[in-house]
Amino acid sequence: MALLEVKGLHAAYGQTRVLHGLDFVLEQGSITALLGANGAGKTTTLRSLCAMVKTQGEVSFDGRRIERMATEDIVRLGVAHVPDGRGTFLNLSTEENLRLGGYVRRDKKTVESDLERMFGYFPRLRERRRQQAGTLSGGEQQMLAVSRALMLAPKLMLLDEPSFGLAPLLVRELFGILRAINQREHVSMLLVEQNAAMALDLADHAYLIETGRVVLQGSSNDLKSNDSVRRSYLGY
Amino acid sequence: MEAFLHQVLAGLATGGIYASLALALVMIYQATHLVNFAQGEMAMVSTYIAWSLINAGMPYWPAFLLTVGISFVMGVVIERVVIRPVENAPVLGVVTVFIALLVILNSVTGWIYTYTIKSFPSPFPKEMALGRYMSPHELGAIGITLVVLLALYVFFRFTPLGLAMRAAAQNPVSSRLVGIRVGWMLALGWGLAAAVGAVAGMMVAPIVYLDPNMMGGILLYAFAAALVGGIDSPMGAVIGGFTVGVLENVLGAFVIGNELKLSVALVLIIGVLLFKPSGFFGKVHVTRV
Repeated sequence: MALLEVKGLHAAYGQTRVLHGLDFVLEQGSITALLGANGAGKTTTLRSLCAMVKTQGEVSFDGRRIERMATEDIVRLGVAHVPDGRGTFLNLSTEENLRLGGYVRRDKKTVESDLERMFGYFPRLRERRRQQAGTLSGGEQQMLAVSRALMLAPKLMLLDEPSFGLAPLLVRELFGILRAINQREHVSMLLVEQNAAMALDLADHAYLIETGRVVLQGSSNDLKSNDSVRRSYLGY
Repeated sequence: MEAFLHQVLAGLATGGIYASLALALVMIYQATHLVNFAQGEMAMVSTYIAWSLINAGMPYWPAFLLTVGISFVMGVVIERVVIRPVENAPVLGVVTVFIALLVILNSVTGWIYTYTIKSFPSPFPKEMALGRYMSPHELGAIGITLVVLLALYVFFRFTPLGLAMRAAAQNPVSSRLVGIRVGWMLALGWGLAAAVGAVAGMMVAPIVYLDPNMMGGILLYAFAAALVGGIDSPMGAVIGGFTVGVLENVLGAFVIGNELKLSVALVLIIGVLLFKPSGFFGKVHVTRV
């Protein structure tokens, strides 16, 4: 069953049109990757889903049309966004950042245990618990952004370059955690990645975007063996 | 020495009032990066509301609480109706709106209540043991101010709503992405600022008497307080408020005379802006990218 269905999505920043009728589907429980070069419209696609840019077209989430809803209402349906640039609350502490992630949840007890769970996934964040988040390193802020999104207990996570700024070892660890969360808690994920090889390893399904349109789609394995994808995005 | 002590203590009492109003300014500044020039007039209107309630026969404390409630609603409504439409307007446009609000509130109050100076009651007894150094009203005003400041601190520091308001003020985009209704947080901030201002107005009115222009000078001192403390630092605003109160009183009594008191505020404003624009407690934000 489709959790997210996008039909004919157009988006523009002022006069500059970025998406020209994008179509894609994300199956319940899956990890789907959006691949493409810089400027293809990947980040804009994620922003469009959260109503952070002006769009035209249809977006259905969990059986409900959301393209006219406000960002905060979409979030309240269970869509967590790890934004481009990490979106850290720089002057608040690490713990406050995490608590804000669970701000809309009513189940306060589970929020507490989720907080502990995040510190379990990323022990560095526990060490930095009381520290002003602006003083965290780029990689730590990236972990914070991912955990803040998880604190929502989302149905769908939109991940904009989660590997950005992380050391290779940490990227592997992070992707392992994402896979575990996807399998154990059935959180669906829409992943935008520059690192196509890692993205295709993690994702079940992928769409290739060029200049605001989907040009190719298929299971990750199909795309991995596609010659043009291999040459242009995997580099061998 | 005794006279000096008396001036310092009296300065602390008015300083608490400046601190409250400065805090109201800082709360709005943090959320919008604008100084609400109408903050004083909003407090003045609140004080007139309290005066009307008391004159209608309501006992002081219920009237006090009801006024705080009404002022909160007034702040929220002003944000929604007047400020919201100019949210994305250029800075000068918004400042013009603030000044218009100041003039409108001032004139409408004068029109309704006339410009005749009225006395405003103090809830505290006339005589008491410490009377040698401090009037009961001054002591009471300090107490009330401290209670308000403590309540605000606890609210912003330890409640989820307070945290959400801080988040919305500093990073609206990320706040929306965690589901915070940023527009309402701003309105709540205006409501809280108006409520704090109302308390300041009711505490200062027995000292300066009630008239539509009562808050003009007070707001200047509050500006000075907010700037001394650092316009983005709530703690600084409070410390600045008490500092300005004491300075004003002591200098006025012993150095420059009462007539030139207000220039202390102006000198402080200019001095801080020239030599330490971030104020003494303005945070230096550390960011690593």
